Amino acid sequence: MAKKESTFLNMTLTLFVITAVAAVALGYVYNITKDPIQKAKDEKLKAAINIVVPGADKGEIVTDIVEVEGKEVYLYTITVDNEILGTAVNTFSINGFGGLIRVMVGFDVNGVIIDSDVLEHKETPGLGDKSSKSVSSWNEQFKGMDISIMKDQQLKVTKDGGEVDAITAATITSRAYCGAIQTAWTVFMANKPSVEELAEGTPEEVIETENVETLEEDVDAEINVEPNDGGNE
Amino acid sequence: MEYILIIIGAIFVNNIVLAQFLGICPFLGVSGKVKTAIGMGGAVLFVMTLATIVTWLIYTYILASLGIEYMRTIAFILVIASLVQMVEIILKKISPSLYQALGVFLPLITTNCAILGVAILVIDKDFNLAYSVVYAVGTSLGFLLALVIFAGLREHIDKLPIPKAMKGIPAALVMAGILALAFMGFSGLV
Amino acid sequence: MSNLKNFTKGFFKENPVFILLLGLCPTLGVTTSAINGLAMGLATTFVLIGSNVVISLIKSLIPDKVRIPAFIVVIASFVTIIDLVMAAYVPALYESLGLFIPLIVVNCIVLGRAEAFASKNTVFSSFIDGLGMGLGFAFALTLLGSVREILGSLSIFGFKFIQADGILVFVLAPGAFFGLAYLIVLMKKISK
Repeated sequence: MAKKESTFLNMTLTLFVITAVAAVALGYVYNITKDPIQKAKDEKLKAAINIVVPGADKGEIVTDIVEVEGKEVYLYTITVDNEILGTAVNTFSINGFGGLIRVMVGFDVNGVIIDSDVLEHKETPGLGDKSSKSVSSWNEQFKGMDISIMKDQQLKVTKDGGEVDAITAATITSRAYCGAIQTAWTVFMANKPSVEELAEGTPEEVIETENVETLEEDVDAEINVEPNDGGNE
Repeated sequence: MEYILIIIGAIFVNNIVLAQFLGICPFLGVSGKVKTAIGMGGAVLFVMTLATIVTWLIYTYILASLGIEYMRTIAFILVIASLVQMVEIILKKISPSLYQALGVFLPLITTNCAILGVAILVIDKDFNLAYSVVYAVGTSLGFLLALVIFAGLREHIDKLPIPKAMKGIPAALVMAGILALAFMGFSGLV
Repeated sequence: MSNLKNFTKGFFKENPVFILLLGLCPTLGVTTSAINGLAMGLATTFVLIGSNVVISLIKSLIPDKVRIPAFIVVIASFVTIIDLVMAAYVPALYESLGLFIPLIVVNCIVLGRAEAFASKNTVFSSFIDGLGMGLGFAFALTLLGSVREILGSLSIFGFKFIQADGILVFVLAPGAFFGLAYLIVLMKKISK
């Protein structure tokens, strides 16, 4: 085993040297991987945006962040040749079955949904995870939906009087998905970018959207009132 | 109110052992004695909470300010190892009987993935210090709960006729699986 | 022990997961699919080889009393390296494995081999030991991952062979426990 004496000096020195060498080696690896890691993150974001606003990869993206209930909603406005192609919104709902779910939804200039998909979630495999394009085509139904012409301007599942077909036995996930898009729509409509503002390069102010809180409460109330029909995960 | 939700979530819905698979080794290794399980759970509660506080502070005020976040794995595990040493020394002095009962499991708390896991989780989830502490306490209570239930179950199982091939760990794993199944029923609580 | 024996012991007779019952946290946590199990196994193998070799190289320079912290720093360094490398070059896999990559540092197999083997053997033997144990670990994880993926998602390595839903419980927490339990029984019988 170790042949060195365990004097205080030896011990401290050894640990110090080992840690120092480790720190240097890691610093080196960190520097090499820093750019690829950032690139991977950027690619991931671009890919997510491109799903909900097809053609975004050919345009310019302007990012805004709006704070809603302590969490961030990101607005990515894509312009191609000075025309707004659409706005991708990274939104969230805390009412997923497994907690926070993040959804990316794309709106055209009028707030009509282009497409949407789940970004991150902890929903149940085989049930709630059907909200993801990689598992099922459930979220295709949102394409073309216009919340401004819906009853009470609320995106809801049919069980709650709306137009969205919930995932079978995954009503909670479906409601959360709708809630996330609702939040996105509200933020989008309140912060609708215009080409002039984008051209000026003025960053949008961060606006706290208060009516979103009421929406979240509504969803909560519904979940409590609904009888437990066993199909819910 | 949110704190209560975090605690309930941590203990039942996302139980660290039965849902997140952290802390399995001590979970399976702790004998069928409920008393030892409580002692182990208590030690983990202490180390986990303290470790989370210290690592959070180190990450936020030292590593992040220096831009060397990548050193966190080394820093965190050294903090945990030191804390466990401290706990061993303290326990030897205050309660030698508990120290004996826990035996080799005490130093093994260092390699308890639950402790390092929680330290990293609270950073990744961007919790502030208060949330992190609450989460750590809740998680270790969940660990304690799972451990105690399991120890109780094992006390009984050991007396039953089980096929020889399944005796010991395989039977324990099947039991853990059923327990995990039961805990899944808690989803929807929060 | 011959080099060949040293290498192959990690697969059956002394398989870290099925026989030694070490490293169970990642075994249960990432085996929702075969590819995840394999990736985790290979990442751990990298750390095992790296730490075994370095520790064997510097073993005579480390005072006995600080050997555990010293080993830990070495292991943690290799874990950080593989963490950064995976984040940079295989981001999708990196996200699936998530928390369990940094947790390799507390995988009892790694510290266990450092203490039981690398600190007492030559660099080459330690390398073989790390390689064998690591690949044995990868074998176990890929096996469990495959079983869970086949039964739970009706696919293997992402390739779905029946368009239907599988037995869901296998990709969830309980399935991990059940799957591992029966694989242990099976492997114990085979390695006899």
